[in-house]
Amino acid sequence: MKVFKELAIIIGILLFSYLIQKLSQIPVPAPVLGMILLLVSLLIGIVKLEDIELVSKFFLDHLTFLFVPSGVGLMLVWGIIKEQWAVIFLIALFTTFLAMGITGITVELVKKLREGGPW
Amino acid sequence: MVDYLDTPLFGIFLSLIAFQIGMYINKRTKMAILSPLVIALIIIIGSLNLLKIDYETFNKGGSIISFFLGPATVILAVPLYKQINRLKESALPILIGIVVGSVFSIVSVIILGKMFDLSEVVIKSLVPKATTTAISQELSAQIGGIPAITIAGTLVNGISGNLMGVYIMKIFRIRDKEAVGVALGTTSHAVGTAKAMELGEIEGGMSSLSISIAGLVTVFLAPILIRLLMG
Repeated sequence: MKVFKELAIIIGILLFSYLIQKLSQIPVPAPVLGMILLLVSLLIGIVKLEDIELVSKFFLDHLTFLFVPSGVGLMLVWGIIKEQWAVIFLIALFTTFLAMGITGITVELVKKLREGGPW
Repeated sequence: MVDYLDTPLFGIFLSLIAFQIGMYINKRTKMAILSPLVIALIIIIGSLNLLKIDYETFNKGGSIISFFLGPATVILAVPLYKQINRLKESALPILIGIVVGSVFSIVSVIILGKMFDLSEVVIKSLVPKATTTAISQELSAQIGGIPAITIAGTLVNGISGNLMGVYIMKIFRIRDKEAVGVALGTTSHAVGTAKAMELGEIEGGMSSLSISIAGLVTVFLAPILIRLLMG
């Protein structure tokens, strides 16, 4: 029966986040707000990892499946992108390449600077 | 709308079957580009087109599956919490790396998108693509993009990062293990993290930590950067 309590915690946090989001109109999606709330709850210990272990394992193990229907939505928007899909694809590829390199370089650089400079 | 399929059961059943076939093919071929999601999308879109069934009919069931993305996103706090003690030693380089990487992802998409005359809605859809799908598609809707395009972009980021990651590290001469992990997680989310885990424990831990932090950073900075650069 533990799974009901676990689900209640997650859905409760999400509902609370949804209400905060509606009432305050802050431009952060409710589930992301919920993620911050859960992280804070874990850090200060109101929620323990064991309190949500079954539900979190289930969702994390099967996360990718949940994106299937939204991905199928591509067939609706194909009309918008069909003339430019190759450009869109290349931009996505190129920006991934550059962003990954720059992220790694930044981490190394800050580490070196902190150690008293690379020189 | 196809009347006799006017039930959520159809979309859920088709999604389950297609994803299972995807997992089977992925296991057999072990190729990142043939991810279960990519295969499932090809199977579903292909069969809907073939059988002349519209998206609306499929999505009766599809929307029930999509609903669970909300709780799943909340649960992303769990891997972040498990890895958060890794932050202690080199918090500064890691956080700066994630922020710089996320900002670069957003800005480069906007600039290139404008250069190549992409429409505003397409650019906005691509802005969140470096973050994990749960966050990218929520954010896409929030900033005026189209979540389906965002998912396609997110797939490109993940799969290409997984495939090119090792070469990118060589080209940019990145050797530090933490730097490699942060780079993979920040730009290629969970799919890049799978590669990071193959490389080693430090890389894997750093990468999975970076997914959620990059997602949060992007959620807060994307609307601001869009206003500045597209306003």
